[in-house]
Amino acid sequence: MVSPILELTNINKSFGHVQANKNINLKINKGTIHGIIGENGAGKSTLMSIVFGLYQANSGSIKINGKDINLRSPRDSIINGIGMVHQHFMLVENFTVLENIILGFEGETVFGEKLAKAKEDLEKLCENYNFNIDLDATIADLSVGFRQRVEILKSLYRGAEILILDEPTGVLTPQEVDELFKILRSLRDEGKTIVLITHKLIEIMDLTSEVSVMRQGEMVGHTKTKDTDKEKLAEMMVGRSVLLRVDKKETKKGEVIFKVNNLSVKDDLDVIRVKNVNLEIRSGEILGIAGVTGNGQTELLEALSGIRKVKSGNIELFGEKISDQDNFLNPRMLKEKGLAHVPEDRQRMGLISDFKAYENLIFGYHDQEPFSKSALLNSKEITEYSSKIMQEYDVRPNSPNLITSNFSGGNQQKIILSRELNENPKVLLVGQPTRGVDIGAIEFIHQRLIHMRDKGAAILLASVELDEILSLSDRIIVMFDGKIVGEKENENVTDRELGLLMAGVA
Amino acid sequence: MSNIVVDKSKVPWWVSNVIVPLVNLTLALLVSGLFIFIAGENPIEAVKLIIFGSFGYIQGFAYTLYYTTNFIFTGLAFAVAFHCRLFNIGGEGQAYIGGLGVFLVAINLSFLPIPIVWLLSICGAFLFGAAWAYIPAYLQSKRGSHVVITTIMFNFIASSLMIFLLVDVIRDTNQMAPHTVKLPEAIWLPSFEAFSGILGIKIRYSPLNLTFLLAIASLFFVWFLVWKTKWGYEMRAVGHNTQAAIYAGISPHKNIIIAMCISGGLAGLLGVNEILGVSHKIQAGFPAGYGFTGIAVALMGRNHPIGILPAAFLFGILYQGGSEVTFEMPNITRYMFVAVQGLIILFSGALENLFRPQIESFFVRRLSKEVSV
Repeated sequence: MVSPILELTNINKSFGHVQANKNINLKINKGTIHGIIGENGAGKSTLMSIVFGLYQANSGSIKINGKDINLRSPRDSIINGIGMVHQHFMLVENFTVLENIILGFEGETVFGEKLAKAKEDLEKLCENYNFNIDLDATIADLSVGFRQRVEILKSLYRGAEILILDEPTGVLTPQEVDELFKILRSLRDEGKTIVLITHKLIEIMDLTSEVSVMRQGEMVGHTKTKDTDKEKLAEMMVGRSVLLRVDKKETKKGEVIFKVNNLSVKDDLDVIRVKNVNLEIRSGEILGIAGVTGNGQTELLEALSGIRKVKSGNIELFGEKISDQDNFLNPRMLKEKGLAHVPEDRQRMGLISDFKAYENLIFGYHDQEPFSKSALLNSKEITEYSSKIMQEYDVRPNSPNLITSNFSGGNQQKIILSRELNENPKVLLVGQPTRGVDIGAIEFIHQRLIHMRDKGAAILLASVELDEILSLSDRIIVMFDGKIVGEKENENVTDRELGLLMAGVA
Repeated sequence: MSNIVVDKSKVPWWVSNVIVPLVNLTLALLVSGLFIFIAGENPIEAVKLIIFGSFGYIQGFAYTLYYTTNFIFTGLAFAVAFHCRLFNIGGEGQAYIGGLGVFLVAINLSFLPIPIVWLLSICGAFLFGAAWAYIPAYLQSKRGSHVVITTIMFNFIASSLMIFLLVDVIRDTNQMAPHTVKLPEAIWLPSFEAFSGILGIKIRYSPLNLTFLLAIASLFFVWFLVWKTKWGYEMRAVGHNTQAAIYAGISPHKNIIIAMCISGGLAGLLGVNEILGVSHKIQAGFPAGYGFTGIAVALMGRNHPIGILPAAFLFGILYQGGSEVTFEMPNITRYMFVAVQGLIILFSGALENLFRPQIESFFVRRLSKEVSV
């Protein structure tokens, strides 16, 4: 019997009245890849933050190699051989890879011998695990996949034996995911222990040997991966059986109601990010835009929704030109014409997190009756409406007066969705509708989008989740470097094919 | 150093809005006490003098409320702009120009019925203050010139402009000092002692006048504007998240200008108190730092009218009580109280977050224990 390298016993952690972790027990064996899966807000990240010393548990003990340890800060964890790769990378963009890795561990005032030594050590590490990284490259020049490798390398260099990865694949292309998994497997073969936090069942099945499932702050089960399957895991996560594929009828396509001709768009730095894009959407159709983040989808959606100016080309709604380089309608006018927009970054754009829920539920529609008359907001009407619509879209908790940042990601997304769908838009632009949203809410959001389609809306869906594109879209286009590099009917198209297009190689 | 992570949603409102400001205030006063002690006076006696000076007799209390009036205007001015995330440091200049507005309207239209003169003068103050804030607002929204820098510059410009006007254009030519003629007595705002006279109480002169009620009304006005109208809603949206505002079709340019103009207008109302209420003429330098202290008032009052009222009152007490202390205690000069104000600004503004995490996590722990027991 192998003794576990990391053992958590009866970990409890609460924030005020909310108990984020309840009596968590977890054993992780050396040299394995252990998955921790659960919905958003299930307490996975909290638990791992405790292991990494970012939070202190209220009670319970942590053992490493059978020895009780006390982790008061990330530094303690690093000393004890625990490394963590966060969802959002902690890198200084204008430093080189080497500078980032030794940051905080420079060891001398003026760089000299130790730096040279560090470089040598790192080169050896890179070679061992096939990292394929140029240590002198500047972070800003590296792709997301490589930045993640830098984070992993940083942990290894600091002596990590246990590596925690928090949702590592969220920002990667399928090919990059493959590369990452290769690295993780070779690390495991070298005897490192890997803890993989994810909400993607396919990754668990693909990579791990053991999996622990969390739900609402509790550990609901541990199992060997080979003894389970996706459906069982999903059921454990959500506590009921879940429809993993979207139930979708054949669509009744109508007229082309939204058309984009030779559109080019610049970003804030005057770089052209959308290059000569042509597309059209019929009513009753979902057009999916696949692509790695940062290939122009953001700017495209912003131009289509009236937030960003068009450089050249034009956009037509019901045959009427709504934007070209000389003039454009602002988002409010577009809303009146029946175009709604669920922005891809809800924190940055979709809502105001310091506002109360009811204030966000009327955001953008606040100057329409019955929400306001002349200049006055009609609080009574707004609150009644909010509470009704929150019920309808199952926003939990149903408290219109709660500050929006206190809602979970999924519920925040439902707030936006309910606001944008409630007006029955004819054209709906949707960006990353389920980013950071739990499985239960994903199912709900997908059903709503299909429902809108069946009611005859033309929907443009941009998502970096290929599964989402594949399961919702009727037609798929792929964007790479601002251009549309491929268009496929969503029949017989595989994620491999799309992946190659997304990477710009096909 | 350990980082204290406090879940903000679990902090009761009274901890962040009452306890924390009180702790900061107490600290500022303790340090002030130390200074008074070093200066060779008894801090306890000084506190007694402050309390007596500001509450102990009617005239003193009236002075306290007169100062409070000015602080309400400048505090609200800062708060309105701040809801749109604009640091309007230019209250001083806007108040100065607002004074010009009151005076010009009042002296040129004094033939009209008195209440109409008052009303128009108030509008004059508001419009002149707003106009002075409009230029930095325009520069911010169209040219991206930071409003902090431009409003500071505009304080100096306002000061120079007013000196020029007071020396060369609107000076009372019967004498040499840089001030104007007095307004006709008929249109002066009724003073506090005039009111008491009607009730049969005779009290000595104080500068408190009807403008105090205008200040109270302004508190309501700001609360209503910011939280009950769609203008306030849009202003806050732009302030909290400009990107989101653009997404919702709300124009940041328009709202920056509206917020700054209302802010400048409120600062301008200080001129009503000073000119229509107290001195009845424009004197060089009449805003006397109220515009700057208003920043501290707003920060202490957490930019909410309900907080600004007590904060303005507190500074009123300090001004009035402080002058009593300097009168009675020869070792303590007027500047000592400027330092005390500075300490309050330091502790409740710049060092606002010094103890906040500790205090909040203390209460969060205490309260969650009570629940779990």
